[in-house]
Amino acid sequence: MDISTKTTDASPPTPQPAAAGKRGAARSTSRPGDRIFLGLSRGSGILLLVIMAAIAVFLTYRASLAISKDHGNFLTSFEWNTNIDPPVFGIAVLAFGTVVSSVIAMALAVPIAVAIALFLTHYAPRRMSGPVAYVVDLLAAVPSIVYGLWGALVLVPHMNGLFGWLNDYFGWTGIFSWDGGAPRSMLTVGILLAIMILPIITNVSREVFRQVPQMHEEAALALGATRWEVIRMAVLPFGRSGVISASMLGLGRALGETMAVATVLSPDFDIHASLLNPGGGTFAQNIASKFGEATEQGRDALIASGLILFVITLLVNGAARAIIARRKEYSGANA
Amino acid sequence: MSTAAVTDKRPNSLRSGHLPKWSPWAIAGGSVVVAAGIGLGAGLSSKVEWGLIAAILYVLGTFVIATMVEGKRQAKDRVATSLVWVAFLIAVIPLVSLIWTTVKRGVKVLDPYFLTHSMGIVADSEPGGGIYHAIIGSLEQVGLATLIGAPIGVLTAVYLVEYGRGKLARAVTFFVDVMTGVPSIVAGLFILSLMLMLDMQPFGFAGSLALAILMMPVVVRSTEEMLKLVPNELREASLALGVPKWRTILKVVLPTSIGGITTGIMLAIARIAGETAPILLLVWGNSFINNNPFSGAQQALPLYIYQQYANSSGSTAAYDRAWAASLTLIAFVMILNLVARGIARWKAPKTGR
Repeated sequence: MDISTKTTDASPPTPQPAAAGKRGAARSTSRPGDRIFLGLSRGSGILLLVIMAAIAVFLTYRASLAISKDHGNFLTSFEWNTNIDPPVFGIAVLAFGTVVSSVIAMALAVPIAVAIALFLTHYAPRRMSGPVAYVVDLLAAVPSIVYGLWGALVLVPHMNGLFGWLNDYFGWTGIFSWDGGAPRSMLTVGILLAIMILPIITNVSREVFRQVPQMHEEAALALGATRWEVIRMAVLPFGRSGVISASMLGLGRALGETMAVATVLSPDFDIHASLLNPGGGTFAQNIASKFGEATEQGRDALIASGLILFVITLLVNGAARAIIARRKEYSGANA
Repeated sequence: MSTAAVTDKRPNSLRSGHLPKWSPWAIAGGSVVVAAGIGLGAGLSSKVEWGLIAAILYVLGTFVIATMVEGKRQAKDRVATSLVWVAFLIAVIPLVSLIWTTVKRGVKVLDPYFLTHSMGIVADSEPGGGIYHAIIGSLEQVGLATLIGAPIGVLTAVYLVEYGRGKLARAVTFFVDVMTGVPSIVAGLFILSLMLMLDMQPFGFAGSLALAILMMPVVVRSTEEMLKLVPNELREASLALGVPKWRTILKVVLPTSIGGITTGIMLAIARIAGETAPILLLVWGNSFINNNPFSGAQQALPLYIYQQYANSSGSTAAYDRAWAASLTLIAFVMILNLVARGIARWKAPKTGR
């Protein structure tokens, strides 16, 4: 404490000659306490980087063990037989299922989530928007396994009507043909995933829409714009990067979602044109379902598929970040 | 034709016709009635279809009527408004259904006995048993994960906000963002690959490690936001008095933002408490009570729900238990959320604006 009373200047030079001598004049952190604290906090930052690197390294190592033993083609085999010797497995079906279910989820969730975010910020009566926003916040916290249980026991029985209708009118496309089996299919999974990622996309978009400068909106209104025109001209352009990042967050969650898919989907190892017939699989679902019976060799194969999932989510997140960073440079306002 | 086009363009929004205020409600009511008629007439059994027909009729009706009375621009505005309302209602239905079903079916077997007994030798298809072992497991795993994840997360955020300049800070920021998107099952696989190499059997703490990895980026993000809210004047005042930087952080910056940081940590706990996938891979599940997270398979609430659903081959007793455990888990998460938000409001930093 007596040290602190002596330093009249701001931070740079400290009165402890020993410490000042050891460190360069440019360093402001020369007290032992400062050094320890900086070391701790920088150390935890570095630890985060190390963990990320370790995830990549260890997954790659185990995956390489598995892939080198793989007797099928890791990218194109329509099979997952890891407990036989030599094992035959490939990720084609999983990649297809993961992409399809996520695309369905995004196509359904993003427009609705943006609409809800607009509803909360621009349309809802003030008395209503507070509680509704609160409920959306809470729903973002509902665990995925609960969504999965609800999806399997409540949503699946309710899908029969919709599936029948789609089959009657759009069955000729092949995408919507249905053989009348239990609707534990990619479309159901996509709808469930859409419901799950809705709160996240809504929350982030809402925050962005809320930060739209009041001036822009008032200027548009003053020019005689209707409320929709205000939204189209002032709110949406401002919020575009935020909505993209929100969607990417949602996409990341949909890609990696495990339990909800594992409970709802009845999987097989084939690619089906129809979204309504059960079958297919996703990376995460396959890991959860196959893990119980997997030998060590099988686990390595699952780790290999997990590595692909990891890389995909990295790319999605990296792309989202890049888009946001670029948008930020152009739009003068960033929050 | 041409005269019609001219007269269409001339009236502006001040002079043209206006729909009365009650018209959206009237159109909504009308479309519901018509949809019900169509539904009955065509013999559609599903109420969901009735609702969708009503929604489509509502949007179309709004557009047609508004175009006739108010003109194109106003009609577009009204359509946007009605679409937004429809989207809101569509989204509310599944969310309400989720909460409603969980509460309705969860309360069936949720009683003190259920909370204080383990499954033991009760078969998955039989009634009886409880979730005590799962609660113990969840609390221990989440608690240990918090002990690891929260300090590292907070310290990283301190580094980023208070010290972070240059390449390292930028790399950490970027990878924290990326880490937020790591699927929980990948975190589980990472720890699993370590365990495979060290030839270890599943145990609770392994799950904690995976949960900690999932928790860190969330804590970093929220803590960062909170630290940025602390006014610079406070830091400068403290530094001007000659207080060392680390003491400034510990005694001024962190206490000012402690409410927000606590909120962030609690929200992160709420998030990891519901994670199933890493627990499934690393902790395995166990129908007996295992108080030691460092040895032997444990149970956790989310995994318990999954196993009751998946291993019971459709037994009602198991489904009832799954719903009751879901209700317990949701209640835990919601209470954490509510308390966290309460703290945030109570301890919100005064930014002077």
